[in-house]
Amino acid sequence: MTSTAPLKAKPRPGDRIFSRSAVFAGLLILVTLAAVAIFLIVQSIPALFATSEDASILPTNFWDYVWPLLFGTVWAALIALLMALPVSIGIALFISHYAPRRLASVLGYVVDLLAAVPSVVFGLWGIGVLAPAVQPVYSWFVEHLGWFPLFAGPVSGTGRTIFTAAVVLAVMVLPIMTAICREVFLQTPVLHEEAALALGATRWEMIRMAVLPFGRPGIVSASVLGLGRALGETMAVAMVLSATGAVTLQLFTSSNPSTIAANIALSFPEAYALNVNVLIATGLILFVVTFAVNAVARWIVNRRKDFSGAN
Amino acid sequence: MNLTRFGAPAVVAVAAALALSSCATNEGGATAAPGDDAAALSGTLVGAGASSQGSAQEAWIAAFQTANPDVTIDYDPAGSGAGRESFQKGAVDFAGSDRAFKEDELTGDFAACTPGTDLVELPLYISPIAIVFNLDGIDSLDLDAATVAKIFTGEIATWNDPAIASQNPGVELPDAAITAVHRSDDSGTTENFLEYLAQAAPEAWTAEPDGVWPLAGGEAAQGTSGVVDAVTNGTGTIGYADASRADGLGTVSIKVGDEYVAYSPEAAAAIVDASPLTAGRADTDLAIELDRSSAEADVYPVVLVSYLVACSEYAEPDNVELVTEYLSYLASEDGQAAAAESAGSAPISDTLRERIVTAIDTIE
Repeated sequence: MTSTAPLKAKPRPGDRIFSRSAVFAGLLILVTLAAVAIFLIVQSIPALFATSEDASILPTNFWDYVWPLLFGTVWAALIALLMALPVSIGIALFISHYAPRRLASVLGYVVDLLAAVPSVVFGLWGIGVLAPAVQPVYSWFVEHLGWFPLFAGPVSGTGRTIFTAAVVLAVMVLPIMTAICREVFLQTPVLHEEAALALGATRWEMIRMAVLPFGRPGIVSASVLGLGRALGETMAVAMVLSATGAVTLQLFTSSNPSTIAANIALSFPEAYALNVNVLIATGLILFVVTFAVNAVARWIVNRRKDFSGAN
Repeated sequence: MNLTRFGAPAVVAVAAALALSSCATNEGGATAAPGDDAAALSGTLVGAGASSQGSAQEAWIAAFQTANPDVTIDYDPAGSGAGRESFQKGAVDFAGSDRAFKEDELTGDFAACTPGTDLVELPLYISPIAIVFNLDGIDSLDLDAATVAKIFTGEIATWNDPAIASQNPGVELPDAAITAVHRSDDSGTTENFLEYLAQAAPEAWTAEPDGVWPLAGGEAAQGTSGVVDAVTNGTGTIGYADASRADGLGTVSIKVGDEYVAYSPEAAAAIVDASPLTAGRADTDLAIELDRSSAEADVYPVVLVSYLVACSEYAEPDNVELVTEYLSYLASEDGQAAAAESAGSAPISDTLRERIVTAIDTIE
């Protein structure tokens, strides 16, 4: 800039109203988050040092209570993400680069509609359709591959295992991940794509050279949003999972760790006094974990600043 | 910004909303004739507590409000713990609870009651808990408490275990694994079921009875519906659920004394009559000390007894008449029949009704 006074436009009321309301909206989200965090912390403090004498819900102390729940939450969400990520990238690529235009728009719309299904319905579907259908598959795995720790028995008689819950979660996080991946892939610079094709690349090579590298931050963002949804999903898990509180990596048995959100939903109706604080404190732990996951993802995205829209 | 573009539809929408909502406000004028004896009761009664009573309360409230159109009764089935807490804080006029207040809880202050007065606790909702299972071609099995306890601890793992077979001569038991299903949520049904096991088979069931299932292992499902679904959809499954939901599944007859007793409303009400009141309580506090190891004939010991809790003397006398009238209706034969019809509960016996009516009459 030169040393002359910078040009200033004549302020109009419309500009002022718009800029103030934008600032207000931005502040509102910060205030909301702060209010939630303060509520969680204040309510949690009595529970963090509670023992089984103070709160009937605790076996020994708070950390022993929350650790299996935290494990179950992260374990179920990770399995779900492992299943959902390749599928959603595949669907997104099909819509953005392979499908005929008319089919692509219909398909995108259908995938987005999945997000409109209430989680209770997913839960009912998990209990009524999915669990009985996959139970024979689980039996086969346990029978023939039981030596592998993840597939160790005894097999669940109803199919309501952590793997089933993860499948339901995967279906639930699919739409948001697909939508973000799709939008990012569609924004790949056309010049890059055409250059790759002009040099003789096949369509798959072009996607590998131009689309995926460009979309990587978007894929990470999509994964994090999906993971956040999977970590926080309550009703579907509460209904589908046979949660007994055991910390185990086995995928196909009746004994599974519960998740934080599902455990709150199951225990809250009968909770009273300090037990309520204990449940809120587990919520605080989930809040912290989700926050940490987002921070890590933001750090990954920030390493590729040029492509991210959020900085 | 062009306001008129949005303005017209918005005005129409707001006007329509106002018009529609004002229609809705005068739909509440019920046309039911008030009861002959009712000196036109009016007012609002608020209760909260046990979800086990939820559907019974719905039926009771519907019938009571039909008879008394100026009365509004709300019952929030938020759970026993929440109900007891709300009642202690004075947020509700009465509470529903799957257990009576404990001795040390009674010493505290109850905000709704006159300080220093007793509570009224009435066992108005008796519900048999059925032990249900899913085995092809078998409708009922005879089991004693120790066998049931061992099935739920996992000690007995197959259906053709000698402990089961020896009690069921002539029944073709499959060589299949048992999947024992319990509640994953905190529940009064669980607590009552475990109290039965702990009292009737103390050597086989050593864990402390609690609303939360105390053991790791087994299969867990959410709510009565979840357990019934899991038992129905699984193979070789066994679980426990409110008896009203046991249709279509095999049920266990429990060994009492030397006989095997299947659940029935009469047998469930009989165990309450066969049990003493908890000692050291006020006359109005009808907390039952269920004798689940009873050996009397024709009693079914696996029951859930849910209480209605009120003050014997309210600090605010406004609602006293309404509370007594409502509780009297619950204790009446009509009230118990309505609950039996809607929730499958067991109607209380005449002996118990006399005691309850006496207690209700002291409320002031």
